[in-house]
Amino acid sequence: MSGAKAFVKALEMQKVDVIFGIPGGAVLDICDALADSSIRTILMRHEQCAAHAADGYARASGRVGVCMATSGPGATNLVTGIATAYMDSSPIVAFTGQVPRKLIGRDAFQEADIIGITCPITKHNFQVGHASEIPTTIKKAFYIASSGRPGPVLVDVPKDVQIEFADVKIEDHEETIRRPSNHAPHPLQVKKAVELLVSAERPMIIAGGGVITSNASEELIAIAELLLAPVATTLMGKGAIPENHPLATGLLGMHGTIASNRLIQEADVVLAVGTRFSDRTTGKVDEFCQDAKIIHIDIDAAEIGKNVEADVPIVADAKEALQEIHMLLQRKMAKKENSAWTAKIRELKEQLEEKANCQGELKPPRVMAEIRRILPEDAIITTEVGQNQMWAAIYLKAYKPRTFISSGGLGTMGFGFPAALGAKVARPEVPVVDIAGDGSFIMTEQDLATSVLENIPVTVIVLNNSVLGMVAQWQRLFYGGRYVAVKLGKVPDFVKLAEAYGAQGFRPKSLEEFSSVLKKAIKSDVTTVIDVSISPEENVLPMVPPGKGLKWMIWE
Amino acid sequence: METKTSAQEYIISAIVEHRPGVLFRVSNMFRRRGFNIQSISVGPTEREELARITITVNGDEKLVEQIVKQLRKLIEVVKVSILDPKNTVIRELALIKVTAPDYRAKTDIINYAEIFKGRVVDVSHKSLTIEVTGDPDKINAFINIMKPYGIKEIARTGITALSRGEPQTR
Ligand SMILES: Cc1ncc(C[n+]2csc(CCOP(=O)(O)OP(=O)(O)O)c2C)c(N)n1
Repeated sequence: MSGAKAFVKALEMQKVDVIFGIPGGAVLDICDALADSSIRTILMRHEQCAAHAADGYARASGRVGVCMATSGPGATNLVTGIATAYMDSSPIVAFTGQVPRKLIGRDAFQEADIIGITCPITKHNFQVGHASEIPTTIKKAFYIASSGRPGPVLVDVPKDVQIEFADVKIEDHEETIRRPSNHAPHPLQVKKAVELLVSAERPMIIAGGGVITSNASEELIAIAELLLAPVATTLMGKGAIPENHPLATGLLGMHGTIASNRLIQEADVVLAVGTRFSDRTTGKVDEFCQDAKIIHIDIDAAEIGKNVEADVPIVADAKEALQEIHMLLQRKMAKKENSAWTAKIRELKEQLEEKANCQGELKPPRVMAEIRRILPEDAIITTEVGQNQMWAAIYLKAYKPRTFISSGGLGTMGFGFPAALGAKVARPEVPVVDIAGDGSFIMTEQDLATSVLENIPVTVIVLNNSVLGMVAQWQRLFYGGRYVAVKLGKVPDFVKLAEAYGAQGFRPKSLEEFSSVLKKAIKSDVTTVIDVSISPEENVLPMVPPGKGLKWMIWE
Repeated sequence: METKTSAQEYIISAIVEHRPGVLFRVSNMFRRRGFNIQSISVGPTEREELARITITVNGDEKLVEQIVKQLRKLIEVVKVSILDPKNTVIRELALIKVTAPDYRAKTDIINYAEIFKGRVVDVSHKSLTIEVTGDPDKINAFINIMKPYGIKEIARTGITALSRGEPQTR
């Protein structure tokens, strides 16, 4: 069979049901082979969107997302999407076409060294040398992408390899030389962790994206309830605990809630799970949890001690580690009683609620609360990057894992909308809503075409302030209000823009009107853009100034 | 938790798959994360599908630990260890071309080379090329002695090393 046929067969073996991509000369044979397959191919309008869509699919479903591009410019256009997935440990496999083997290294037409280019932003990448290698390479790619700490894998397939015939048995799998990627939690460390937790007076939990990846929410909540420990989440960990849970204190870090940021400073034992302690989470790292003992659970050994020193390191899958900790804890202690610590959690949480409630009509915190009121619990929210993202992170509660999808690590504007498309393809039965800024949305808005033509209806809520809001906020707060290169001025009329693509658009003037169009939108089978006009002067608060410790939080 | 912060030289030995691109991945990881390589040497091992990369770095314990963990994450890296200098055979090879305009200088240099168990590997009217192997200190000492004669060129391999006793690679 031809390399291209083997390729498609191998994808079918991996149970791939959809590929997001844009074709070109170097992947034509693969496209041709896909014509005989039941795998759905979705034509995107930009390769960056293809990668984000695969990423959104992966994050919403917990499976591997797949995207494809041709050689050269197609491949390089994937880069932002791959880097986004890498920073957030999202499992995608990206396929690129490559010029024929004989032309590699000769600066042939549409040749790009995509292996060299993506080396630092992939978990691993492969260039296939012969058609017979295709099935094992694909199998390895999916294994690597999804195992251990997940991440993107790129497979580059030269055009002549797709054409060449090879005698391959798809079922065969040759062994690779690889270190084991799964560690069982070390019993001694687990014991130490439990001792610390039992003796803690003010325990606190930080839940990162790893909790969601390993489906460890249940265990996390059980431990929190036993200890009566507040649970703060990172941006990636949002949804790890339902945010209407009495112990959930919301986002931690630069735009963290008062509750999370205050409590973490007073905690005496911190259980950090599946987080890499990003600078956005810790603030100035020297001032982070100076007096607390830190238990750090991560599947990636290199994360332990990378940014924050751990007193008890546990290299393991979050679920397994938390299960063992919970088991031991149950044996060693009874459920804690309410105390000054729990009273404090309640009191600090209320301050945020008050703040959200006293905001005016179409002020972002109010809009977020209204969105939450209208969306069903399992609706998926994606975000762009900027103020919109932080308002959503602070004020829009997530109730379930995999329902809040945002570019945390790379902070990629233009991510939310194509990610929403990917999420909707993965979970067609739930409403998917992208919380957008006008600046971000115009970076990938062209995929409204895909959304309409491929019948992937999502809702985009644009918080329209005609500025690059977050950058304007920084210039306002830290650069004396000298605005440079932040005024978008004439953004398109988003209602007309939506209509131009065959989608529908609304411009509500009141909260009430907003609610009614949102209700309509999530029931509608056509993509909807809701243009909400907000003030360009609005700040996202709370905020910790960049480079400062969490105690420097600005609240008003 | 306190860690030692004093900088010192560490020798990291990595067994990797012997394929094109692997050295790029390894060196690129160092570049991307801002780890400085003092010396690096690469060569095949007793198994043809595996190669050994020996890297020396200057740093504290914490840095070296992070380097080792990051190396272990690379798919083609099979095994990484930090070699204990007390229990390790460390060798480097250097070729040193020295100005030797007359008979007198030539005999002196050859005598010194003998003391260092070096060998003369090339001779011309105006120069000698000496090969020395040994640990880097020995090579540095020899180079220092040669300096007054005028060193024209030096080529050093960077160190390669194996732990003593039973093999650690399987
Ligand atoms: C691709 C990309 N370019 C630039 C930035 C820097 N940046 C961060 S937030 C922001 C402004 C975002 O503006 P908008 O999408 O309108 O959202 P708002 O902050 O107004 O809600 C910019 C430019 C980025 N994160 N991503």
